[in-house]
This record gives sequence, structure tokens and C-alpha cells, in this order.
Amino acid sequence: MSEATNQLLENLNALAGGLFLLTAFGMVAMRQARGCLNLFIGQSLLLATSAALLGLRYHSVHLYGVAVVNLISKPLIVPWLLRKTSPEEVYTRREVDQALNIPTSLLIALALVVLAYFLGLPLSNAVEPEFRGPNVSIGIAGLLLGAYTLTVRREAVPLLLGILAMENGAFFAGIAISRDLPMLVELAIATDGLIIVFIMGVLTRAVQKHVGTTAVGGLASLKEAAVEPGKGEVSGK
Amino acid sequence: MFNRISFNLIQVATVMVFAPLVSGVLARLKERVQSKRGPSIIQPYRDLWKLFHKDEIVSEDSSWIFRFTPYIVFVTPVFVTLLIPVLTNYPLFFAFMGDMLGGGFVLALGGFFATLAAVDSANPYGPIGASRTRMVGFLAEPVFMIVFFTVSFVAGSTIPYIVQEKWVTPLANFFMPSHVLLVLAFLMLILAEGGRIPVDNPTGHFELAMIDESKSLEYSGRGLALMKWGGQMKMFVLMCIFLNVLVTPWGLAGTQSLAAVLLAIPLVLFKIFCFLLVLVVIESSLSKLRLFRISEFLGAAFITSVAAMIAQVFLP
Repeated sequence: MSEATNQLLENLNALAGGLFLLTAFGMVAMRQARGCLNLFIGQSLLLATSAALLGLRYHSVHLYGVAVVNLISKPLIVPWLLRKTSPEEVYTRREVDQALNIPTSLLIALALVVLAYFLGLPLSNAVEPEFRGPNVSIGIAGLLLGAYTLTVRREAVPLLLGILAMENGAFFAGIAISRDLPMLVELAIATDGLIIVFIMGVLTRAVQKHVGTTAVGGLASLKEAAVEPGKGEVSGK
Repeated sequence: MFNRISFNLIQVATVMVFAPLVSGVLARLKERVQSKRGPSIIQPYRDLWKLFHKDEIVSEDSSWIFRFTPYIVFVTPVFVTLLIPVLTNYPLFFAFMGDMLGGGFVLALGGFFATLAAVDSANPYGPIGASRTRMVGFLAEPVFMIVFFTVSFVAGSTIPYIVQEKWVTPLANFFMPSHVLLVLAFLMLILAEGGRIPVDNPTGHFELAMIDESKSLEYSGRGLALMKWGGQMKMFVLMCIFLNVLVTPWGLAGTQSLAAVLLAIPLVLFKIFCFLLVLVVIESSLSKLRLFRISEFLGAAFITSVAAMIAQVFLP
């Protein structure tokens, strides 16, 4: 392929990386659970795009495989599973509370991204030039931002999406480092992700049934109620 | 030499003549989207004509600032027009008088005087709007700075004529992550600075909710006409910077002939029309943010611009 095409493909990949980073920020800042889900779908699509572009650039069939697996499992099956398992209340409530207010948590997220670049640059400089690219740093940033989402969110579904965003970040870094990952690993990871979604969805439904809400941040203040012997069950509220 | 001065003056004339048309088209398009007929697209010209023929009333308690502000608000966009590429892609006579930061400062000067004038009149709504504008302004300032620094870092210059070359040579540069993220951040800035919908409602006439509009509440007659025309020109200039320098540096005159420069006028207007369509979609599909949510909107713009900077600085 010509030099100009390669340059274009690399820039497009970098662009997918930049937008990937932006969706990770969006998941920290978004107030609605539905918006979080949409951002996660966008992020997975960008991950698949990046894998396909890298596959085109370096003629790797395995990366096409990664793209296809991601395209099917995350943007399609994850939302469907979530819809099936978790209660509708998650999507109808508009405001999702956070441990910190949004501008503060955005600034902290920004610091995390700078940290990710400081970690990622030596890593990507250590490998051979053809493996260099923005993917490693952006992937680590995605990982850290996902972990940060886990820390500040107090709502079941965004928490779950934080875990999945961490996985997305790890993948994003991975596709740049190892181009010949066996297909089996991809499939195993994708299935793993789906099982996590399923379990968490069922758990959310159970929590909502017992406590009446999916704002799991409030669970920390639950107290054990005194039960008189032989007098039936405890109401969790 | 003579050519370059005259082209520069043609640029200024273009901005002055077509700025009201742009705001008229925007108003009309918005109404059409809402299934209404809307005012004619030349309504802003009629308004200006009417206001220039009316008497002006100035409060006895106001100072000279109140009287001078309309002229400053009117003149600052004209100054900036001398610095930026509106019709040509080569620098004109005054282009090296100031760079993009200089242009930003000149535009900020107009905003500063408009704020002072709003506080100067004793109308209670003026200072409310003025302080809100300052709030939006100081939240937008860091975004502006980071956008400018990233742009100058990429292009190695802060002169807009040199920057616009950079994004399209080679064409692959157009898809650099820093470029696309900068475009996004600057779009959010235009919405905030121009008082467009997620930040401020330009057609709202409810004084308590006003941000930008309330600064000209006390003006009448010629003063109001100048304030309006100045505001329209500022929007036009911001769109020119956005489209000609950052997004689509095509369609500008490349040669020193008068015909090419005149041909560039409809091309630039066409680009602006396409941008207006995008703007109408944004304005019609979003609702105005609550005042304290504005910091989140501009925080998002800030994050976007910093992401652009990081993607550029740490390029492996």
C-alpha cells in the first residue's frame, strides 16, 4: 500500500482513539443511565473501527476477527441483555447521583489521562516502531477512566458499564501490541463480558426488588433491623 | 500593494453587508424547522434601517461609556476582519498586524465594553445579564487558550493564514485526532460565545432568563442598531474563523485577481449556509441549559480541547 494511504489509515486510527477517549470522558460525566449505555455502544464501535483500521494497515486477519467479535457482542448483545435483565426503573429515572460533582470528577479524570500517557509513552517507545501508535496510551486511559467511573458512580447499571469500559480500554491497548492474538482468546473474553452483564443484570433486579431502588450507593447506610423471634422477614428499606 | 489593501476592504464590506443576512437566514430556517413560516430573510436589514431612522434616548444618569459602547461593539469585529482569512487564502495587507490571540483580545474588548455599558445604565436586568456573560466568558477563556495553543503548536504559527494550510497538506492531516477534537471544542465555544441555544436562548424575551440579550436592553435607535449589527458581525467573524481556518479551508481565492476574490464570496456564503443547517439542527434538538449546568457544558468543551492537546503533544 502506498505511503499516503498508510498515513491516512494511521491518522484515522488515531482519530478513532481520540473519540474513544472522549466517550470514556462522557461516561464519567453523563447523568443518565441511558446516555451512559449509548456512549458505551459508541465506544465499542470505535474499538471495532480501530481494530479494523489496524487490520487493514498491517494486513492482519486476527484484527478483523477482533473487530467482528466486538461489533456483535458489545453494541448488540450487551444492550439487549441489559434490557432483558435489569429493571426498567434504571432507564426512566433521569438523574443519576455521583459521589463528586461533575466538573470536579472531569478534572480528576483529566489528571488520570495525563497519568495514562506518562505510563503509556515509555511502553510504546520500548517496542518496535511499527507497533507504536496512540493505542497503548489511550487504552490505559480508558482502563483508568473505567475504574474511576466504578469509584464515583452510585448506580448499578453505570457501575456495570464502568467494568465493561475497563475491558474496552484493555482491548484497545491490546490490539496495538499483539496483532496475532488467537481467535479463541477473543471469543473467551467476549463471552466473559456477556456473562458479567447477565449476572450483574440479575443482581440489579434482585437489589431493586428488595430495596426498591437501583441506586446502590445508598446500600452503605443500610442498618440491620431488630427482628422479633418468629415475626417474619426484614424489610430492607 | 494596492490590490491587497483593496481586497482587505472588500473583505470588510463582505462582512458588513452579509452579516445581517446570515442572522436572517438562521432565524428563517429555525422557524421552518418548527413548521412556521418565519420572517423574511431580509428582515434584519429592515430592522437596522428602521432603527437608524429612529430617535435615540439616553438616560441622564449614564456616563460616556454608555454612549461610546455601540461604536466599539460595531468596530471591533471590523478590526478582526482585517486579520483573518475571509475571502483569500494568502495574507492580505493588514494580516500581520495581529495573530489569532490578538483577534481574540480585540473581540473581547467589545464584550468588555458591552458589559460595562450594561452596568452603567441603572436598569436592574442589565447587570444580571452582564454578570452572567462574564461567567460564561471566564469559563470559555481556558478553552480558547488551549485551542489557540494547540493550533499554534501544530502549525508552528498563530497567524490564521498559515494555520489553515496546515490542516490540508497532506489531506491525511485533516483526520488528525487533534484537528477533529479542536473542531468539536471550537464549535462548543461558538455556541457559548454567540449565545446560541444550549447556553442562551437568542430569541427569548424574558428578562430574568436573558444572558446575552440583556446587555442591549437600554439602547434604542441608532445605538441599538449598531449593537445589533455588531453582534451579527461578531457571529459572522467567528463562523469565518471556524470554517475558513479550522474546518473547511477550501473555496478561498488563491490568486491575486479581482474575479477570484469576488467568486470566493458566494463560496464562503455557501459554506456558512451549510454550517447554519448544522446550527439549526443543534438549536432545534437541544433545550437551553439551566444556568449552573453551563459550567458542565463548557467543562466538556475544556476536556475536549485538552484531549486534543494531549493527543498532539504526546504523539508517539
